[in-house]
Amino acid sequence: MKPITANFRSKAAQTLNNAQIQQSIEHVYTGFFKGRLNAAGDTPEWEELRTKGKAIKDHTIAHLDYYLNMLADNVEKNGGIVFFADDAEEARQHIIDLAHKREIKTVIKSKSMVSEEMGLEKAMNAEGFETVETDLGEYIIQLANETPYHLIAPAVHKSRTDVAKLLDDDFKEGDPVPDATELTMMARKKLRGVFERADMSVTGVNFAVAESGSIALVTNEGNGRMSTTVPRVHVAVMGMEKIVPSIQDLSTMLRILIRSATGQRISTYVTMVNEARKTDEEEGPEEFHLVIMNNGRQNLLEDPQMRESLNCIRCGACLNACPVYRKVGGHAYGWVYPGPIGSIVSPVLTGLKDASNLPSASSLCGACHDACPVKINIPRMLLELRWRTAEGSTDKNEQTSSAKERTVWKMWRLGMMGRKRFDIGARLAGLALRPLSRNGWLKKAPPPISGWTSTRDFPLISSGSLKSKLSKRIGRSK
Amino acid sequence: MVDQLAPAVGESTVEVLEHLGVTVQFLDDQTCCGQPAFNSGFRSEALPVATRFIELFERAEGPIVVPSGSCAAMVRNYYGDLFRGDSNMSQRAARVGERLFELTEFVTKFFGTSAISGELNESATYHKCCHLLREIGIDEQPIEMLSNLSGLDMTPLERADVCCGFGGAFSVKMPDISSAILGEKLDFIEATGANTVIAGDTGCVYQMQGGLRRRDSNVKVIHIAEALAKSIRNVDSTGVSN
Ligand code: SF4
Repeated sequence: MKPITANFRSKAAQTLNNAQIQQSIEHVYTGFFKGRLNAAGDTPEWEELRTKGKAIKDHTIAHLDYYLNMLADNVEKNGGIVFFADDAEEARQHIIDLAHKREIKTVIKSKSMVSEEMGLEKAMNAEGFETVETDLGEYIIQLANETPYHLIAPAVHKSRTDVAKLLDDDFKEGDPVPDATELTMMARKKLRGVFERADMSVTGVNFAVAESGSIALVTNEGNGRMSTTVPRVHVAVMGMEKIVPSIQDLSTMLRILIRSATGQRISTYVTMVNEARKTDEEEGPEEFHLVIMNNGRQNLLEDPQMRESLNCIRCGACLNACPVYRKVGGHAYGWVYPGPIGSIVSPVLTGLKDASNLPSASSLCGACHDACPVKINIPRMLLELRWRTAEGSTDKNEQTSSAKERTVWKMWRLGMMGRKRFDIGARLAGLALRPLSRNGWLKKAPPPISGWTSTRDFPLISSGSLKSKLSKRIGRSK
Repeated sequence: MVDQLAPAVGESTVEVLEHLGVTVQFLDDQTCCGQPAFNSGFRSEALPVATRFIELFERAEGPIVVPSGSCAAMVRNYYGDLFRGDSNMSQRAARVGERLFELTEFVTKFFGTSAISGELNESATYHKCCHLLREIGIDEQPIEMLSNLSGLDMTPLERADVCCGFGGAFSVKMPDISSAILGEKLDFIEATGANTVIAGDTGCVYQMQGGLRRRDSNVKVIHIAEALAKSIRNVDSTGVSN
């Protein structure tokens, strides 16, 4: 998928003014966010699990090469075929070539953000393979010709009417809107035939287990399980960080992933795939392929300040907690990963220069850090990236701050380096603003605070500083 | 920010502390901890200001109390990043950080949440400022403190722990997003029917007050130091012993 991170501001503004989306997206808070809180509350060892989850990921990422080799060896021992792809294009081409070689006609996809990085569905359809998303949300998104809005709920921004228009060929504006069950049945009817004729599946991977060479898939609709069993070729795609050492680690990670994602104790389906069908078995695919993709993750791995982002298990909890995501929506972020996690990985994976607005689009409230099951310190990394855009701290080419901004902060520093200047600066500002104010408040302020007064009154600088007020009151010291 | 925009918050802080028997010293030379520039990414501008802050407060003794969870978070949680690679300054920053407390944190820790029993005749609700809550870890303690004041009718605020949209420079740089977040907060505030909002950080106080004024609402937003100080003044009690 081509990044369009540079359009953050305009995309965000569109969503802010879209009442329907604002209403639909509330579900991430009332449904997922609250669900996670309840699930965590019902799990006495919740904080221990988080600590353990973080330790597992820290360890794995620190020894990533070792575990990737172990995984590849074990998948191959089980009869699977492993392909390491440097980037999205290589991964996509590999899968397309494979489909051609196996004379595939119909491909079913089960939810995978990594395949979104590849733009796989569109590319395969363009190559003449009938390629259909089977996760209900993804299917809706495919019909709408959009990209996912959320890591686990791709169509969360769609109203029931939107969905009815996409799924029900006879639906007309003003018709009674079918309920969720009816809509699901419509999708099911359409998808059944596709499942029956599919000869290849592409699924994601929630976790790959190095010691056993197996992959785990978490779904609620059973489409993942159908995808891993019905077609004759199964291709699983994963980012190279989606790995845990052992089955025991998997159990820890599944517990925190599922609770953090939907608030469930366990999802409806947890599918484990170890190998393709053995010669004496009657079911399952004939071939199992695992595509392990880098696509810029090496940059994260080699960046000590950003490496922790590879601990992400894509649960979506930080999105649900984020007040900014809930207002600007998933598409504003301009690439596969929206929300707080997107704001730290997209700049490194797709280029900070275009994505320079993403790290700035945060009030640094810390709700993401608090919600993250593996305690990724997202605010710290946002600040790190702001440093890079403001001052080009690691690469001058990444500096996107304007000369005006730089001057403002230089002036600020000068004002803060002495108490006299601090007082004089404040007095001058106060005097300049006084004529514009009424009852101690401004309705319209000049730059650089004009943005504030577009929607809020601004308080006038006080007529005496704290220092001057306290001097009468208490002991002072230099 | 308190010094020039809201000196009343600073004065109230002193009043509360003196009421509790604390001898308060104000370092005249102080300006800022450096957070605004740091949060905007201009670390080379923040660095000398933060260094100045450390040098200044090293010269004083005893605990340092700030009426802001956000400033406290900067010194305690982010100076480490600012001084990364400078082990001498990092250590000095950490030592100053150990002495530094946010006001309600300080009161809770050394005096308890029922140490102040003033009187305040208002109907109020409490907003949990983000940095105080998540960086400093002060959650329900201020509400306990307020529930100890007679005459004060507290109504819980829905989503009290969700950001008000302030975020420092964010509020000016991306005003449309900041205001959308604020709008949700103000709806919840107005739904409580309270006439006063109490919060722990001046930035958030002005964000909410500025937004409420623009809505032509009469709801007042005050800093918790002001609420506590006013309640003390109202009973004119001689306070707690040393
Ligand atoms: S950063 Fe944390 S909360 Fe966000 S998706 Fe990744 S694991 Fe989940």
